[in-house]
Amino acid sequence: MMTDLGKYADTVLAAYAVSIGLLLAIVIWSLWKGARVKRALEAQETRMGRRNG
Amino acid sequence: MSIWEYANPKKFMQTSSWALPWVAGLALIALVTGLVWGFFFTPEDYKQGSTVKIIYLHVPSAMMAINIWVMMLVTSLVWLIRRHHVSALAAKAAAPVGMVMTLIALVTGAIWGQPMWGTWWEWDPRLTSFLILFLFYLGYMALWEAIDNPDTAADLTGVLCLVGSVFAVLSRYAVNFWNQGLHQGATLSMDKEENISDVYWYPLLLCIAGFILLFVTLVLIRTRTEIRARRLKALEARERMA
Repeated sequence: MMTDLGKYADTVLAAYAVSIGLLLAIVIWSLWKGARVKRALEAQETRMGRRNG
Repeated sequence: MSIWEYANPKKFMQTSSWALPWVAGLALIALVTGLVWGFFFTPEDYKQGSTVKIIYLHVPSAMMAINIWVMMLVTSLVWLIRRHHVSALAAKAAAPVGMVMTLIALVTGAIWGQPMWGTWWEWDPRLTSFLILFLFYLGYMALWEAIDNPDTAADLTGVLCLVGSVFAVLSRYAVNFWNQGLHQGATLSMDKEENISDVYWYPLLLCIAGFILLFVTLVLIRTRTEIRARRLKALEARERMA
C-alpha cells in the first residue's frame, strides 16, 4: 500500500523519517529514564526500610 | 475539589497513574490514524504536489512548540507565586518535549522549503524566531542541569521562561508583524472562514489532537520521573546524615 509521492518522494519520506525518529527517541528516552529512576527509588526505599527494621 | 490538590505530589502520582494509560492509548490512536490518513489517503496539492503531506507533521509540531512554552510559562508562574514543587517539575518535564517539537518544526520546514522555496533556510522573521525559541529550550534545559539546588534552579529557569515567552509570542505572530518574510500566513486561523480544504483539514485535526495527547502523556511520565528523582535525592541525603 505505497502511495505515489511523485517527484517529491524523497522530500516527503525524509520529513516523515526524521519526525517519527525524533518522536520515538523522546518517547523511548522518557520511558527508559522513568524506569531507571523508579528502580533506583525502590532499591533505596528497600535498603532504608531494612535498616530501620 | 480544587486544582491545587494536584500540587500535592502524592495526589498527582495517584491521579496520573490512573490517567496515563487512557491518555497514552488515545494519543496512539489519534496519531496513527491521523498520520496514516494524511499520508496514504489525501490527494496531492495542485501547487505543492505530495509535499503537502508534510503539513501533518509541521503544523502540529509548530503549534506544540509554542504552546508547550506557554504551558511552561504558566507552571513557572505558579511556582514563582505559590511555590508548588510539582508545577516547577512539570515545567522541567515539558522542556525536552518542547525542544523536540521545535526541532521537528524546523527540520520539516527546511525539508519542505528546499523544493518549494528553493532554499533550506532563510532569515525570515518566523523561521528566525523559531530558531531562537529552540535555543531558549536548550538554554532552559541546560540551566536546570547546571544548578544543584532544585529550588534555585526552579527560580532561575522560571525567570528564563518569562524572558523566552517574548520569542514564543513572536514565533506565533511574526507572520502578522512583518510581511517581508518568505513564510506564508498561519495555516490555521480563527479569523478565516475556511483555512484549508476539508480533505486536508480532518486528518490534520486528528494529527493535532494526537500531538497534544502525546505531549500530555510525555509530561505525565516525565513529571512522575522528576517527583521520584527528587524523593530519591531526599532519601539519599537522609541516609548520608544518619
